[in-house]
Amino acid sequence: MNPRRVFLNLSVFAKGYIRGRVGLFFGLVFPVILILLFGAIFSNTGNTAVDVYVVNHDHNSYWSQQFLQALNQSHALTLHVVDPSVTNLSTWLSQNDQSTGLVIPAGFEANYLNGTPLRLTVYTNPESAATSGIVQGTVQGVSNQFNLRAYRGTPIINVQNLQVGSQQLRYVDYLIPGLIGFSVLTSPMFAMVNISSEYKKQKLFRQLSLTPLSRGEWLLSTIIWFIVLTLISTLLMVGVGQAAFGAHVTLTPLMLPFLILGPLLFVSLGLLAGTVSKTPESAAVIGNIITFPMMFLSGTFFPVSLFPPWLVTVAHVLPLFYVIDGLNAAMIFGNVGVALTDIAVVGALAIVFFIVSIRAFEWREK
Amino acid sequence: MSDVIEIHGLVKDYGSLRAVDGIDLSVHRGEVFAFLGPNGAGKTTTVEILEGLRDRTSGEVRVLGLDPWKDNPKLVPRQGVIPQDFNFFEKITPSEAVAFYAGLFGKKVDVTGLLRRVQLEDKADSWFETLSGGQKQKLGLALALVHAPEVLFLDEPTTGLDPQARRAIWEVIRSLKAEGRTVFLTTHYLEEAEILADRVAIIHRGHIVAMGTPAEIIREHGRRGLLTFHAPAELADYLRGRTDRTVVAHDHAVDVEVRGPEDVLQAVRLATESHIAWESLSTRSDTLEDVFIRLVGQVGESGEEKPAHEGSP
Repeated sequence: MNPRRVFLNLSVFAKGYIRGRVGLFFGLVFPVILILLFGAIFSNTGNTAVDVYVVNHDHNSYWSQQFLQALNQSHALTLHVVDPSVTNLSTWLSQNDQSTGLVIPAGFEANYLNGTPLRLTVYTNPESAATSGIVQGTVQGVSNQFNLRAYRGTPIINVQNLQVGSQQLRYVDYLIPGLIGFSVLTSPMFAMVNISSEYKKQKLFRQLSLTPLSRGEWLLSTIIWFIVLTLISTLLMVGVGQAAFGAHVTLTPLMLPFLILGPLLFVSLGLLAGTVSKTPESAAVIGNIITFPMMFLSGTFFPVSLFPPWLVTVAHVLPLFYVIDGLNAAMIFGNVGVALTDIAVVGALAIVFFIVSIRAFEWREK
Repeated sequence: MSDVIEIHGLVKDYGSLRAVDGIDLSVHRGEVFAFLGPNGAGKTTTVEILEGLRDRTSGEVRVLGLDPWKDNPKLVPRQGVIPQDFNFFEKITPSEAVAFYAGLFGKKVDVTGLLRRVQLEDKADSWFETLSGGQKQKLGLALALVHAPEVLFLDEPTTGLDPQARRAIWEVIRSLKAEGRTVFLTTHYLEEAEILADRVAIIHRGHIVAMGTPAEIIREHGRRGLLTFHAPAELADYLRGRTDRTVVAHDHAVDVEVRGPEDVLQAVRLATESHIAWESLSTRSDTLEDVFIRLVGQVGESGEEKPAHEGSP
């Protein structure tokens, strides 16, 4: 292994890649476009009012209606009515991937008119302090107004603030680690499937075999290139996600193992797919068979937690699942234990596929 | 001093097809050796085995005293190769390619000087994909020369090139010989072999059918004299029934073997009696091309050989 030759090949490979433009588009620009697109579709950034899901257990009584109307008129909140058959709103919110709710208890009107203290329950997401503040403040304010009007300041309506579940996150927060995973997968996979089969067909491996450059040096320089590309695209995606949608993700050194081992894993897998195929056409088919299920079922566009159980089982078989799960743990939840487990899985897979592909990959013919 | 290339009983099978069937030859130091044969004769298989690009089925092969397959890493720095259908990264320029190779071989190289030597300095900064066939091949030659190798393998270096590019490559090959390097050249252009090579081997269906200097091959395998009528092939059929000399028809020309003036007179008399119109006639002795066609069989039989045969000068 000669570092100078690795660097020389890296520079020639990078020149060809950058001049080819297509790879650069799919590696750097496309993931950012996806963030902007999915972020815009799902994150309702144009609406400043906070969505609040309301369960009214007081049978739509006059005073409960009055209270909700007052909340609505604040223009700070958009109320959505949830069927009163929902007894545990916190669970319902989690299941529906929502984070703010309000429970009007049974007997609201009777207690209010009698002057018996009653309790409203407000659920908010601790992750988004601003949203919680708006909801809690508005409900408190309207309650005060009602208390003042009826009983000259004696607090009848008490507001109890509760936090919902533990991890209520916005879609765009999931989207960023998911799309980093998407780019960790697709950029090396598509490029390597194509390169390894086209180089074979166009006799470029033969040409390289006539020089002192070894297969290992060639593969290492290629892996380094895709790691560099992945690091750049990650910074771009996080930057755009935060600037455009205020995504709550943290850049942490814990991400680095995924951004290094991920490209290593998928460069090896792509090389293997291209090596075992006889033609570039069949390589593309094999590459797609490997890539597409992983692209959609590993938590790239949607959190795996939303999947039905059988699909969750499928996701656990896909190598990319562990990259995205680990990136979620590192970037959103700060869960070091989960991240380390995922690093171990991705690392083991990367080493296995690297060894298998370098053994299968031959640039001379028998 | 041992020979640069030594081959004994080389055999190569592709499945049930025997591409090379027991070849023996040796190439001396400083020699330009041309390996001639129609497409599919086993030329490229043999040269790829010498270059270390392919393993052999059986037989002994030594290049600079080493086994080209097993000792490939030791031979790489000492050999220069233009493989058949040379190709390179499409968006890399010739000067980048030469600098890349120089770096890989750990050599300091005058990039412009080397590109000038192969007459490619005008295109030094154009992407490979924009080069013509001849320019690409010149880059292949430059890359084979970057590390000043002792032995060069050039597999059909001029196939499909225009005469100007071909002559540029010939000039470099001559200068390589002048520098004392050994050149192993495959070609199906007989003219190229005659002009460049010290010695020639003709390979046909995996066997060597003739070997030596061009003069030796003509002496051994050539006919003594040749009378050529520029006439349709029916004349050949007419003559064959009436003379015991060899008659060959090709490309609107009919060659008759002649051993003396009586043979010439008899052939002309027969041709006149045939009432088949012939335009002109000429006499000459065999060229390497005639020998090649006779040894390798009729034109087109074993490949796409189409030697331009327009009578004699």
